[in-house]
Amino acid sequence: MADHHDGESGGGTVGTAVEKTVPKDSAPGTAVVVADRVENPGFPPFRARVGDKFPAKQREAEKRVSLLFILSIVGTVAAITAYIIFPITPGDMLSVRLNNLFLGIGMTLALLGIGIGAVHWSKSLMNGHDLVEMRHGTRGSDETRAAAVEIFRLGNEESGFGRRTLIRNTLIGALVVTPLPAIVLFRDLAPAADPVAGLKHTLWAKDTRLTRDPSGTPIKASDVTLGSVFHVIPEGLNDATDKLEQKAKAAVLLMRMKPEDLHPSAGRENWAYDGIVAYSKICTHVGCPVALYEQQTHHLLCPCHQSQFDITHEAEVIFGPAKRPLPQLPITIDADGYLIARSDFTEPVGPSFWERTL
Amino acid sequence: MRMGTRTRMTKNTASRPKRQAGRRHPLTAVALITIGLFSTGGVYTLFTSSASAANSTATAGTLEDGGKLFAANCATCHGVNLEGTKNGPSLIGVGAAAVEFQVATGRMPLAQNGPQAEKKPVQFTSDQITALYTFVASRAPGPAIPDAKYLQANGDTAAGAELFRINCAMCHNIAGAGGALTQGKFAPPIGGVSPQHIYEAMITGPQNMPVFNDMNLTPQDKANIITYLKFLDKSPSVAGYELGSLGPVSEGLFLWIFGLGAIVGVTVWLAAKSN
Repeated sequence: MADHHDGESGGGTVGTAVEKTVPKDSAPGTAVVVADRVENPGFPPFRARVGDKFPAKQREAEKRVSLLFILSIVGTVAAITAYIIFPITPGDMLSVRLNNLFLGIGMTLALLGIGIGAVHWSKSLMNGHDLVEMRHGTRGSDETRAAAVEIFRLGNEESGFGRRTLIRNTLIGALVVTPLPAIVLFRDLAPAADPVAGLKHTLWAKDTRLTRDPSGTPIKASDVTLGSVFHVIPEGLNDATDKLEQKAKAAVLLMRMKPEDLHPSAGRENWAYDGIVAYSKICTHVGCPVALYEQQTHHLLCPCHQSQFDITHEAEVIFGPAKRPLPQLPITIDADGYLIARSDFTEPVGPSFWERTL
Repeated sequence: MRMGTRTRMTKNTASRPKRQAGRRHPLTAVALITIGLFSTGGVYTLFTSSASAANSTATAGTLEDGGKLFAANCATCHGVNLEGTKNGPSLIGVGAAAVEFQVATGRMPLAQNGPQAEKKPVQFTSDQITALYTFVASRAPGPAIPDAKYLQANGDTAAGAELFRINCAMCHNIAGAGGALTQGKFAPPIGGVSPQHIYEAMITGPQNMPVFNDMNLTPQDKANIITYLKFLDKSPSVAGYELGSLGPVSEGLFLWIFGLGAIVGVTVWLAAKSN
């Protein structure tokens, strides 16, 4: 309690070679003297802890702290023991769980024991008075500053940096040019082809058969019974070299409902076949796969942001953040009764992008 | 205040002789009501249990019994000739599998109108259920009870998992934990559901679930999916408690409440003065 400062007396010069900066009394630029500076209220009165009053309590606290440290030792031993007792057996996932659980409990005890013990030690046994360490100015002394300037001047003089301008300018030029290879390298991370064209077209084309995901077997119109839903990929997708990129655009959901339930707009009457409709599975909001089909309400729900599409009305948005209906894939059947596409999607699938005009 | 205590004292002294004079104890009424409730309930249970016993003895899995059960329990909504009413869909052509699924999971008979029929205690004995689906299947062809060889959960787990991810996981969750649909409807969790009911649900498409017929998922595909689901049932979660297998929702909530709560608690403890 001897060094119970009151905030002002500490000064800024303890152990440092810097001057204390004096706070300004007037606000800069106004010349108004601030009269009502808040007085330093000082510290709240010192409150003795139980350990300060009764030495017996200090011994108790000492025991508690060392008990926490002993607990940490026990935790360390337990972690090693657990690692040996519950080894990870390849193929047995439960062994991983047991191993991790008991190893973790042991290491938690080991670390928390040290941490809580240290804090408890400082709070209950170490000196309990309040003190303030004053912040001091960061400006160096005039001698230090002069010495620094002198070092720079000497460096310039000895190297001739300011004098030999040819060397200086070529060095600056070389430094400026160094990052250029990175620009060339990173440019090649982008697709070589124009990405906009890729976004506007999918693997679907005229007469491409609709096939089952993932087997790639073609689907007959008669296979799709009322209330059915098929997850569809275009024929040949499984052989594509960029299969995943193509699937991300071409995934389609095939549903059958009663033909009288559909309400196609003018020009799209023949896009469905006998109540069978195919819609892009990629949400027009941010591109999640929309496949939560309710066969009674004919609603499609996107699980990411709850956009709902009404399949009976050309997948118009009836709820949620999506702004456009899902693109419909025009379909018909070929001579063998298999479902085929009439064309590619007539608009880009998935979320909006900058160059999209539709 | 003093007045109050005085009056209470006088009241006490007044009531004490009354009780000694043979008046009922205040708790008598409570005891009488309890006895009355228990006896009424007991008698009611006796009657109803004897009635249901009579019911089960009357069923022998025959077509006529199925017809009678249907007329008594289902025809109000589904029509006497399965033609459906404005309260319930037609059952013509739904097949034995649909009836078995709906009745043996307790979804039918419906307890009340709502977004969807929920699983609840089964209302019929297995004999009665057999009679019911035999009767419904006899009226029009439809999906039959699945062959037991597809329900053994001994198929290809990896193939089943891939099919499950493509066809089922968007509604039922990758771990089969179920998920929300629109306007109060939901895809139920499918952990612990019997292989027969999983198969029947796929082939009949109960309520808002789409149909996955044998041309879409072959019986062997369905057997593989069942194999995967049974594998999930008996495989423990590697990372400990699953919190419903709902992913970031439940796990994030847990961390926000308990993780941040613990951090706040420790911070308060660190900064508080010791006493």
